Amino acid sequence: MTNVPHNAKRTVGWMGIHRGHKARPVEWLAEKFIYLISLTAILMVFLIFVFVAREAMPLVMGKMNSAAARPVIAAKEMDKLKPDELRDYLGLTAKEFQQLDKEALTALMEVREEEAKEAPKDKDATVNTTEWKYLLGAHHWSDSRPEDRYVWQPIGRIHKYNLWPLIIGSLKTTIVALLFSVPLALAAAIYVSQLSSPSLKEWLKPAIELLSGVPSVVLGFFGLIVMATFLQGTFGYQSRLNAFVAGIALGLAVIPVVFSIAEDALTSVPRSYTQAALALGASKWQAAWQIVLPAAAPGVFAAVVLGFGRAIGETMVVLMASGNASIMSLSLFDSTRSITATIAAELAEAVFGGHHYRMLFLIGAMLFIVTFLTNLAGDLIMHRLKGRLEGRAK
Amino acid sequence: MAAFSPSQVTLNASKPAEGAGAPLIQTDGVNLHYGSSHALKNISVTLGERHVTAFIGPSGCGKSTFLRCFNRMNDLIDSVRITGSIKIGGQDIYSPDVDVIELRKRIGMVFQRSNPFPKSIYDNITYGLKLHGMKAKSDLDATVEQSLRGAALWDEVKDRLHTSALGLSGGQQQRLCIARAIAIKPEILLMDEPASALDPIATAKIEELILELKKDFTIVIVTHNMQQAARISDHTAFFYLGELIEFGTTAKIFTNPAKRQTEDYVTGRFG
Repeated sequence: MTNVPHNAKRTVGWMGIHRGHKARPVEWLAEKFIYLISLTAILMVFLIFVFVAREAMPLVMGKMNSAAARPVIAAKEMDKLKPDELRDYLGLTAKEFQQLDKEALTALMEVREEEAKEAPKDKDATVNTTEWKYLLGAHHWSDSRPEDRYVWQPIGRIHKYNLWPLIIGSLKTTIVALLFSVPLALAAAIYVSQLSSPSLKEWLKPAIELLSGVPSVVLGFFGLIVMATFLQGTFGYQSRLNAFVAGIALGLAVIPVVFSIAEDALTSVPRSYTQAALALGASKWQAAWQIVLPAAAPGVFAAVVLGFGRAIGETMVVLMASGNASIMSLSLFDSTRSITATIAAELAEAVFGGHHYRMLFLIGAMLFIVTFLTNLAGDLIMHRLKGRLEGRAK
Repeated sequence: MAAFSPSQVTLNASKPAEGAGAPLIQTDGVNLHYGSSHALKNISVTLGERHVTAFIGPSGCGKSTFLRCFNRMNDLIDSVRITGSIKIGGQDIYSPDVDVIELRKRIGMVFQRSNPFPKSIYDNITYGLKLHGMKAKSDLDATVEQSLRGAALWDEVKDRLHTSALGLSGGQQQRLCIARAIAIKPEILLMDEPASALDPIATAKIEELILELKKDFTIVIVTHNMQQAARISDHTAFFYLGELIEFGTTAKIFTNPAKRQTEDYVTGRFG
């Protein structure tokens, strides 16, 4: 070993071990860089949520007023108001208020008076529809049919913002999508990972995963044109586009997500379990169903949770295939509208900073919270399942 | 190696090497190919009932592959081709009308690495029983206790039958696998290096167990451990490069082998 040349950098004695990260500066830098990037990802998610929540906040705090007819103070009486009251009445920010002289303020007050003359006079005209009891509770609107007590109708004389039609719309399509796609995706995952021959697996797996590469607008188009007609012909229901069609089309988008994660989970179950089961006289099917699937339960569960996230967050397919009518109905065969489609369709035409705009951010924040809670709950359940499999928990 | 051609392996081609006791497993001219590699070459041997037969030989000599022919576990590998005949109790187990599942019910197997299911100890043992239609809880309970006693594990786990099997130590897991295999009362027990991943104390327990099980089962065991083969087996087969070099009583193989190669191996000169 004496003929091995000494490393030139080598220090005398044991001094070298104190060099710390200076010994490998590139690795050290790379590690810090990757760490920074991962932090940035967390930060971005956090910032997006903060932004969405901030835009929705005035609504949550009850600061918005969407009443079609607001109380009017005559322009003559302007002097009786304190500056703060006047500012609140005109809905100005402190800065805007500073910049306006008395003449301009009077003009604004006259505009309000004019508006009030044209405002509807019926009983709902003075209602602030952004209050929680109107967002979540039933209300008999003066300009809707008596049976429509839960209405999302932001454009119109009275701005109706009941959230239930959208929540139910989202849930209906999501549930149909999951009911349709999860069994199919899991069956495919079990087949591909446990039962098929390797040569079949070689083209089956990429083929199913290719489905995730289909743009959702194409799926929506397919749902809208082909599946809607076919399904209506088969089941003979009234409205051609409805929660059922949208759910099935959405299912096509969910299948590859659930399949590919579930397949990975099933494949990573040690082959020795399967062999043990087969050696005991189980058929391949029994081994897959009774041994491998339970052993892969945490991963399969994660796949379903992610599928749920994909389904409830998917926009384009639902926008195109659901009929997009915010009807309060539990029937799968009525046209429906999801939260995501509502945001996509309405945000561009909502007045910036207005109550409609903030309402859309509110439902966006709701969606965010729902997916966050689902993933959190999914994670907890997954850990319990894992613990049980590994014999840690009871 | 040229000196050991297949024809010399079996002393007499028409009369396969024979283990004492009523012959149970008879193989004749078994050849096995994995794709293009010839893993087993013309193996003819007869294994006796209620005997322990040890397969020894260096890694890659085909002893595990041969063991797996008996319960047709090699079927799971795509590119395997097997020729020749393997008869158990006079029945050709590779004939097309054989139900592999029925076959495997009668041949238990214990693997090199303990592989209990990620279920409770109780469920591990009842899995095979339920597969074969045992439903009554009293029967299941009784069989669980009996198998665990049979695998010398009962005293250690009787208070925690319903906890996960993965919480057991390596040696306990392997004995659980043996209990699981004997619970379905097979006639033959195949063991593929059952103690190779265990410490000496756990190994000793497994060996004691094998000697105990011999009363009820025909055992075929693959082992790398020559002393183990010498301690527990009645007959020993020495494999080398896919050929059966020598088969005979363990005493003869270890004290007075007929072949030079066997002698070299058992005395530790190679392998």
